[in-house]
Amino acid sequence: MEKPLTGRMRAGGQPVSIREYERADGYQGLRKALAMSPAEVIEEVRDSGLRGRGGAGFGTGLKWSLVPAGAPKPRYLVCNADEMEPGTFKDRLLMEADPHQLLEGMAIASYAIGAEISYIFLRAEYTLAAARLEAALHEARQARCLGEDILGSGFNLEIHLHTSAGRYICGEETALLNALEGKRANPRAKPPFPPVVGLWGKPTIVNNVETLCCVPHIVRNGSGWFRRLSRSQDSGTKLFGASGKVKRPGLWELPMGTPIREIVEEHAGGMREGVRLRGLLPGGASTDFLVEQHLDVPMDFAGVQAAGSRLGTGTMIILDDRTCPVGMTLNLEHFFAQESCGWCTPCWSGLSWTEQILAALERGEGQPGDLEKLEWQTRFLAPGNTFCALAPGAAEPLQSALRYFREDFEAHIREKACPYRH
Amino acid sequence: MATVYIENRAYDADPGENLLKTCLGLGFDLPYFCWHPAMGSIGACRQCAVKQFKDENDTKGRLVMACMTPSSDGARISIADPEAAEFRAGIIEGLMLNHPHDCPVCDEGGECHLQDMTLMTGHSYRRYRFHKRTFRNQYLGPFLAHEMNRCIQCYRCVRFYRGYAGGRDFNSFSIRNTVYFGRHEDGVLENEFSGNLAEVCPTGVFVDRTLAQHYTRKWDQQFAPSICAACGVGCNISPAERYGMLRRIVNRYHPEINGHFLCDRGRYSYEFVNSEKRIRQARMQSGAESLPLSKDEALSRLAEILRHSRGVAGIGSPRASLEANFALRLLSGPDRFFAGINENDLALARLMIELNRTVRAPSLREIESCDAVLVLGEDVTQTNPRIALALRQSVEQQPRSRAAAARIPLWNDLAVREIAQDQKGPLFVAALNATRLDDVAAATYRAAPADIARLGLAVAASLRQEFAFPADLAPKVSELASRIADALLGAARPLVVSGPGCRSEAVIRAAAAVAGALAGRGKPAPLAFTMPEANTAGLSLMATAGLETALEALRSGGAETLVILENDLYRRAESSLVDDLLGKARHVVAVDHLENRTAARASLVLPAATFAESDGTFVNFEGRAQRFFQVFAPDGGIQESWRWLRDCLRAAGREEGETWHSLDHVIAAQGRQMPELAPAAQAAPPASFRIVDERVPRMPHRSSGRTAVLANVTMHEPKPPEDPDSPLAFSMEGYPLTPPQALRPFTWLPGWNSVQALNRLRNEAGAAPPGPSGVRLYEARNGLAPAASNWPEAFRPREGEWLLLPLHHIFGSEELSMYGPAIASLAPRPYVAVRDGFEEGQMVEVSVRGLIFRLPARIMAALPAGTAGLPSGLPGMDYVRLPDWGRITEAAG
Repeated sequence: MEKPLTGRMRAGGQPVSIREYERADGYQGLRKALAMSPAEVIEEVRDSGLRGRGGAGFGTGLKWSLVPAGAPKPRYLVCNADEMEPGTFKDRLLMEADPHQLLEGMAIASYAIGAEISYIFLRAEYTLAAARLEAALHEARQARCLGEDILGSGFNLEIHLHTSAGRYICGEETALLNALEGKRANPRAKPPFPPVVGLWGKPTIVNNVETLCCVPHIVRNGSGWFRRLSRSQDSGTKLFGASGKVKRPGLWELPMGTPIREIVEEHAGGMREGVRLRGLLPGGASTDFLVEQHLDVPMDFAGVQAAGSRLGTGTMIILDDRTCPVGMTLNLEHFFAQESCGWCTPCWSGLSWTEQILAALERGEGQPGDLEKLEWQTRFLAPGNTFCALAPGAAEPLQSALRYFREDFEAHIREKACPYRH
Repeated sequence: MATVYIENRAYDADPGENLLKTCLGLGFDLPYFCWHPAMGSIGACRQCAVKQFKDENDTKGRLVMACMTPSSDGARISIADPEAAEFRAGIIEGLMLNHPHDCPVCDEGGECHLQDMTLMTGHSYRRYRFHKRTFRNQYLGPFLAHEMNRCIQCYRCVRFYRGYAGGRDFNSFSIRNTVYFGRHEDGVLENEFSGNLAEVCPTGVFVDRTLAQHYTRKWDQQFAPSICAACGVGCNISPAERYGMLRRIVNRYHPEINGHFLCDRGRYSYEFVNSEKRIRQARMQSGAESLPLSKDEALSRLAEILRHSRGVAGIGSPRASLEANFALRLLSGPDRFFAGINENDLALARLMIELNRTVRAPSLREIESCDAVLVLGEDVTQTNPRIALALRQSVEQQPRSRAAAARIPLWNDLAVREIAQDQKGPLFVAALNATRLDDVAAATYRAAPADIARLGLAVAASLRQEFAFPADLAPKVSELASRIADALLGAARPLVVSGPGCRSEAVIRAAAAVAGALAGRGKPAPLAFTMPEANTAGLSLMATAGLETALEALRSGGAETLVILENDLYRRAESSLVDDLLGKARHVVAVDHLENRTAARASLVLPAATFAESDGTFVNFEGRAQRFFQVFAPDGGIQESWRWLRDCLRAAGREEGETWHSLDHVIAAQGRQMPELAPAAQAAPPASFRIVDERVPRMPHRSSGRTAVLANVTMHEPKPPEDPDSPLAFSMEGYPLTPPQALRPFTWLPGWNSVQALNRLRNEAGAAPPGPSGVRLYEARNGLAPAASNWPEAFRPREGEWLLLPLHHIFGSEELSMYGPAIASLAPRPYVAVRDGFEEGQMVEVSVRGLIFRLPARIMAALPAGTAGLPSGLPGMDYVRLPDWGRITEAAG
């Protein structure tokens, strides 16, 4: 099984140096891209069927092509490395273990869209990744894989590492751009979209770390190769993860479309002794719960959606039968309520109320009608009702928890206590 | 024009507007918070959700925010849709989770947009049972009180303060449901337009702190359509009164002038009306003794003076109405009517009017829409502040025009700002000192008046492509001049702004030369001149001579009695001249409303009504005559200045004394005698105007036991005062709907108790106001200004001397507003500004024009070398005619 994204990584956790990286065909994708026209690079990536790995799954080649022809320069590429989705740690691995892969992807993407300045917007807590990226940036500049006249092609690119001050909303691409500009991290109005009006008002492409890491391989091996990596309609491999009370929590690069059961039972080793799987969030905290009946669902965009959730980041959080689903939902909603940027009413107000109702349930102070209020909140926070996707994302685990674990919620009210606390 | 369908009915709509504005303008009650007509849409509060349908076959539809959706042709929406209504109720419920529900003790109660929207949305039962979040409030200065617990996070305040008004010491802090709107620490808000927060805030987070000191609910206040008396811009205001005390001023929307916003000097200047220094009773000076007089006694004393007087010289006033000045002019005769300001100030004002007869004076709305501006020699923020706020919008024009190219509608404020970024269009500020517009200026030039004039002439010469500059013009000045010329020429709507702030004819002429040169290049630019006082323009249309000539008239024996109208002459000319003038007159009759040095020297003092207690007309900087109406009838001996002067005419045996029963009689006579002023009659409907036989009520509909307040004295409701001068009534009874704009005392609609009611009147107020609201007395005949005048000599510093320049202060330089404690508390103490050579705070002696001031030095590094500055008009400092050379020495002891 091919593992382009993780295949080069060293056992033992040390990062791949530029020498090792180049020995393993590193920066060959960039060399090849620089010999192509930017339009050809975009075409190749579009043909590969690569979809954004940050959660929304937007076609990467299509996104790049949205920079209007003849748009003024400067243009910017921004790597969204603000990985703050609870349960998600895939980008961290990519940056810590093989930073040059990301830099090469960014160089190719910048070349494709005509950007000469690029930013990595890195989650504040990722200090190890920051140090390794800085070191890799230095190496790449020394090797003329970055900087002026890259590899003698005449293409210039400077990549700046920006470490975030730490807010979940910065993962929203337009809030990220505001934060990068030194403004409040509130999402922007769309339209205009960043490919037209982005960072400092200039055309800007924002891509996730994992997405960019796929790019060198696509360019080097061709779009057809990338498509064939997958076990489903969605191309490529994907980093899938599992956390919770499984035997071997972790992260694995697997073909798109790998069934959930295979990830949980083979790669994560199944549930620990004494606990049973009750549900899982397939793609991070802002996706709907799936339950046992969904274990054969393939982990790809369409498959998970058909099951009523989202692929999201592909890193699942697993709920077991000894953990209170209400408590888990409270934990998630506490996070979302705390991370609301405070811009639109349904989000800052609705999530705060939601959190407080869940906290009351957990304290044994739930009241009849509370579940109806929570259900109402999930409708209230529906997509389109809010300014950005944060609150609708927050509603997803709540609405599915209310559906699948209804009896637990009711028991909290009935018993005036959390039944899991004994 | 587009057709939109609301509840399946077709309506005409402006496709350039959003659906919220369209719905409100059509009279639909669609609740909203974060949208503001002057600041556009941001889609934050989500209150204006409606259901939008793809076409008539779409029955499902989807929720959209009306404020973020264009009124495009064929748009099909439902406000009443149950899902939309439920969502809007949810929003209100969400906003009210943490709101303290303290309406009974909140100053906003009764005119609160949040109250109105809550009622409109139908949210009444509270389901939230947890603790409310709380905040610590801040001290923000004398103008605004802060109660953050009421906040609903609509972001209007910060968008106004920073985005619209350019303030920096206010922001939104923190996130989620704890966003805090305030300063980084307690302190007086720095921005000159902070008072607008009280109206911008949809609830009671920011409330008028001066109103709080004598609080009364809106429904108990009596209003009148009025004009701000604090400078020459002529902002429309609604002063509010109860029990004979003026309580506050709120903005009165005028689409061409102030729009939605006032400056803080204007808003808080009203406090002088309540001052303890008001002259409330007539008095005469008998030897060293001051004798109070009844009105009748005063009138007979007046008759006596006039009967035995060989002639009357009238001293008019730039702060008195056109009608009062006219009545005085009639009494004295045109030859003995003097402007009440010094010859230089009068000449400058008359010159500006003359130039505006050639080059058009823009309205504030036009100023906002200009896209390249040269400000020549005027610190607009300090002299005509509301113009500065308009200029701040003009710098947004060029960057915002890029939004149109990106097909983003201008109302989409967030998107437009992303496109515009922090870029600013060209604004050039040439001034004596640093100004509060420098932060948005493309370039600033600080120089002495002569050099400012030379810059203007160099710009004009560049525009005419004549580059034969004087040899001593510094290269950097000619470079700046050609840069300014290029920017003005390259703009779609260039503008030139100047004024009398430098007290320099050369500067004013240079500004006109720039406008003239632009016109010559086929790019006619309006020319805005500031006017220092509410009726400087009106007075200057009427008077041809100033105080120096008045002294001549007294000396020559042509007149013995001096009648001084609403004027403290010690603010207008040096004391030696004023002492001389007052000393030469046998009788000095002062008609004024505040104790001042001039009134103290008068032999007869007649208590005059302020703007709030009288009707009249002011002419603003653009030549627009606007009527202000009595807010309340003054009690006791106080009457309008024109009525005192009418009584003088009667005492002098003049026919007008018998026939002038109402203001309209004065206006008619004024138009007959001075045809140029005849259009002033059209400034507002006459007193006989009625709507369906009814007067316009000054009071909102009663919601309290207001009329029972005197029930302990008498069961009978007292008869309200009669008003022979206007179509308004001192009552809540009368025409119940919205009157024409010029007669609109307050903004109110059923269900819309706050100033936001205006937005439901938008179409009427914005597009075609029914009935006149002000009329221009002079207009530009053609766009060609007089040719450039001679180049003044360049400024040369002198050894051991400083050219002392007048420095203006929004809080401090204006006479009346300084009688109000809030504004007075923010005025600087007397000082002398120096560039260097002295320590900050060091006591120095300034000797200029024979006067000696002992003052602390303030270091102002932006002053041009060789100059120093003295504050203009500060109480406690004698008038001195500047600019002039003086010496500054270390004070002894």
